[in-house]
Amino acid sequence: MPQKSLKAQKSILASTQKQLDLLSNGIFASGELPQFSERIADQGSSSLRPKKLEILQMNIGYMCNQVCAHCHVDAGPDRKEMMTRATLEKCLKLIETTAVHTLDLTGGAPEMHPDFRWFVERAAALGVQDFIVRSNLTIIRANKKYNDLPQFFKAHHIHVVSSLPFYKKEKTDRQRGDGVFKKSIEAIQMLNAVGYGQPDSDLLLDLVYNPSGAFLPGDQQALENDFKKALKADFDIDFNQLFTITNMPISRFLDYLVASENYEDYMYALVESYNPAALENVMCTNTLSVRWDGYLYDCDFNQMLDLKVDSPVQHLDDFNEAQLQDRTICISQHCYGCTAGAGSSCQGSVV
Amino acid sequence: MKTNYYQSQDLKKFKNISDWSPELGKKFFDYYNSVFEEGALTAREKSLIALAVAHTVQCPYCIDAYTQEGLQRGIDKAEMMEAVHVAGAIRGGASLVHGVQMMEGYNKRSM
Repeated sequence: MPQKSLKAQKSILASTQKQLDLLSNGIFASGELPQFSERIADQGSSSLRPKKLEILQMNIGYMCNQVCAHCHVDAGPDRKEMMTRATLEKCLKLIETTAVHTLDLTGGAPEMHPDFRWFVERAAALGVQDFIVRSNLTIIRANKKYNDLPQFFKAHHIHVVSSLPFYKKEKTDRQRGDGVFKKSIEAIQMLNAVGYGQPDSDLLLDLVYNPSGAFLPGDQQALENDFKKALKADFDIDFNQLFTITNMPISRFLDYLVASENYEDYMYALVESYNPAALENVMCTNTLSVRWDGYLYDCDFNQMLDLKVDSPVQHLDDFNEAQLQDRTICISQHCYGCTAGAGSSCQGSVV
Repeated sequence: MKTNYYQSQDLKKFKNISDWSPELGKKFFDYYNSVFEEGALTAREKSLIALAVAHTVQCPYCIDAYTQEGLQRGIDKAEMMEAVHVAGAIRGGASLVHGVQMMEGYNKRSM
């Protein structure tokens, strides 16, 4: 398990340019595998373009109480990047002035942001249809000051989406750190106790499954059935849906792939599993991702590779929806992660 | 010329067996895919059976394929190892049950 972010370790792959170089060279430069742009061109799409802007995903800071082995954000306790209150206010304005119906707060652990509660209260008052907070669960148990988060989430009708890589301790702790499984289970029980994930409740608790290694996720429905059965029997836990998310070959997971000599086989698996139907529903076509400093991206993965939107509008300060939507989505080989098999997005499979 | 009989990259070329016999290749892969569909047995159960059989026939390609598939299905290592022991028990049992033949032959020829 890593103890520090790649950035703090001064790893070569902390550089986004090095990651992009790695993804464009080797098996892709030699022609052994087609580049993503070539693959979608075969399907008759010369480029990917946005549809209607529906989801605003705000990454409000990279600080996290965990250092997960697969984290595409390279988040951790040593990351200090945080969205300022002025930028949070600009996001509120964007929500007010556009038809965005889903607000998706992520990080890091967004709850560690000093203005988290201030922002949630204001954003909830604007009445977005679906207000998601991506909680790593353990934060609820990390410190006394976070113990009332389930009640806070309930008060603002937050849709909680949480990572739980597996329904057993071993795989979860190997990916997310020792003791994470136990704390996560306790946190889910706390969320269940206030009504989250209960059959007769409208408080939604969805879990996210990431494969704990160099393999692709299996069938979402089958895994959801296995998770529900095991978590109910072992811990009397309920949740709504399981989202399967493919690990993107970027940041810390890319570092793992290279170090474990799985990189080429993993890219082969992604390319071979390319599903044209998934391309139709990739999340970058209806999402806008905002970085802590107000820069805009097609998705959270492009944010981590610092591939800013290909538009004259690159920052919240210059936001202009019509101009921004008239752009081409930035792509590289990591995009195969969203089109493999049943597809992958922050809301799970897309096919 | 390859230096080993088994090359892991060859697994990716499995479908190429259809090149020299497209009709039989298609029939085989259609049959193969149908066999593994959800039926009276779940696809998960079939995957574990495949893993056990892969060890019985000692096919490195099949072991690789069904280890990976098991991971994707969320099958954990305890389940996979139990399946391998089922293969081991049947293989071991298949040798040992012939011991009866040996014992009977021995006894018949002995005074």
